[in-house]
Amino acid sequence: MATDAPPPSQEQRALPTTEEFTEVQQSAEFGELRRAFRSFAFPLTIAFVAWYLLYVLLSNYAGGFMGHKLFGNINVALVFGLAQFLTTFLIAWWYSRHAAAKLDPKAEAIKSRMEGGA
Amino acid sequence: MSPVQQTFLAANEASEHRPLIITLFAVFVVATLFITVWAGRQTKDAADFYAGGRQFSAFQNGLAVSGDYMSAASFLGIAGAIAIFGYDGFLYSIGFLVAWLVALLLVAEPLRNSGRYTMGDVLAYRMRQRPVRTAAGTSTIVVSIFYLLAQMAGAGVLVSLLLGITSDAGKILIVALVGVLMIVYVTIGGMKGTTWVQMVKAVLLIGGTLLITFLVLLKFDFNISDLLGSAAEKSGKGAAFLEPGLQYGATGTTKLDFISLGIALVLGTAGLPHILIRFYTVPNAKAARKSVNWAIGIIGAFYLMTIALGFGAAALISQEEIIESNPSGNTAAPLLALHIGGVDSAWGAILLATISAVAFATILAVVAGLTLASSSSFAHDIYANVIRKGQATEKEEMRAARWATVFIGIVSIALGALARDLNVAGLVALAFAVAASANLPTILYSLFWKRFTTQGALWSIYGGLVVAVGLVLFSPVVSGDPKAMFPDVDFAWFPLKNPGIISIPFGFLMGWLGTVLSKERPDAGKYAELEVRSLTGTGAH
Repeated sequence: MATDAPPPSQEQRALPTTEEFTEVQQSAEFGELRRAFRSFAFPLTIAFVAWYLLYVLLSNYAGGFMGHKLFGNINVALVFGLAQFLTTFLIAWWYSRHAAAKLDPKAEAIKSRMEGGA
Repeated sequence: MSPVQQTFLAANEASEHRPLIITLFAVFVVATLFITVWAGRQTKDAADFYAGGRQFSAFQNGLAVSGDYMSAASFLGIAGAIAIFGYDGFLYSIGFLVAWLVALLLVAEPLRNSGRYTMGDVLAYRMRQRPVRTAAGTSTIVVSIFYLLAQMAGAGVLVSLLLGITSDAGKILIVALVGVLMIVYVTIGGMKGTTWVQMVKAVLLIGGTLLITFLVLLKFDFNISDLLGSAAEKSGKGAAFLEPGLQYGATGTTKLDFISLGIALVLGTAGLPHILIRFYTVPNAKAARKSVNWAIGIIGAFYLMTIALGFGAAALISQEEIIESNPSGNTAAPLLALHIGGVDSAWGAILLATISAVAFATILAVVAGLTLASSSSFAHDIYANVIRKGQATEKEEMRAARWATVFIGIVSIALGALARDLNVAGLVALAFAVAASANLPTILYSLFWKRFTTQGALWSIYGGLVVAVGLVLFSPVVSGDPKAMFPDVDFAWFPLKNPGIISIPFGFLMGWLGTVLSKERPDAGKYAELEVRSLTGTGAH
């Protein structure tokens, strides 16, 4: 197997120092990035987990409601399950849009400054 | 005709076409070995072996993530669970999918930004390296072996259906074959070979599932309501078959089990090491995000089709035949292929062979991913950083990974024989519970909680791991149940089949407790590094 003479790895980039990291961590610019990320991702995570648990609990303890037929043999349980698929797709799309608009530009700016200065 | 005779006939029908089945298997095996050798030639350094050179595109990785994730549990297990228990089986599909949001929102990008090869890289980032890496390596290997067990059970099930073998010898033979192939894929092809095998498998699985879904819907004139109605009628359970509760609704305990399973499914994915290391194969965090989005699309489409597979099997095959063929329903999907083509026709046998080959490919690609994750973690976390204290060369590290692969392959072949009558989806759910109890709390605390300490990390990993595995050991999965691994003994005092409802909160609690009771202070400088790196990608590998 070709394991001899590995080419010089391009992964050995010089890291900024711990002091530089700490300085950036405490900067207003990074604070904004952190807020933009956490204030979006954390509540949304709680929301979709709660929405999913609601589905699990209703399946368990609200059999009559879940078994209610809406049309033909399609009942509430099936529609509720399909709604979980739909919300998963929507949340993934929504987060990606938020990340591209609000997170990526801030992250890029900090990264290029730190790596450029290192 | 009795169901036993029918299944026997089915197996006979299949065995007449055994050359076809074996040819399809062989084509897949030869093609993937070819890929593996080709990938092996391009595997030069550790970044190639562990992370496939980090040059896969977001779409390629999304496909490979799907191939890594949609296991025998998804294909054989869910279809079987729906075919037998109706709507309750569908919970797996929903939980397995929604879980991806945790990975997308909280884990994939920070992990890609701050780690290098393994989950342990992130867990140990700001902690004392040796103890935390040992813990991370241990839990990676335990989770992967639980998961491997399920895939091996699936492989044994397939061969008994295809070759009509009721003896154990045939099953052990195929389990050994799977084990040997996975050792070859991983030792030679590394992450590059494994990734390509997973991409090919994802395409085959989606293609095969689309075909069967189309044929099932065609039979019911694309009227889903009719399909559900026929399934309810043929199951003999009527409308209850389409409602939650058939499997889990019986008592208060089984209802708790349902909640436990539900929690384990939704929180497990983001703690599965073989999934997490896939994010290192793309150039940056943005590509990791895009690959999760591709995966959500592909996996979501697949799980939607499990409705057609599971209810289709229930509508077209008698319950007796499904259960006779495998008590947990694991053969429902291949049986459906046979029935939809016609039990006595060549077309039915061809479909059965095709779907079985797809299932075989599914199992191979997933076991390769699992073996890679555990041998990487052994080599990178335990061997290089704990045993050799960071003094090992890349070459030595990769050699250790290859030996670990051989060892894990042998262990999983040995364990595979034990689990063959358990529903493979249920087995995988155990791996999810262990991952959610031991790994997820530690990952989240590490990334987002400034005060988290080494002691907190160790308590949450070992606490979650020991409680989750311990409860499984004393659950009806292992003993005291006709379908248990050891049906003849009974030391089960924990009533639930899935430990998640206890072990996951326990993992989180121990992480918090270990931290507040620590005497050492967290390393603020290291947390600054981790936080800035994880959100911006500064200095990412």
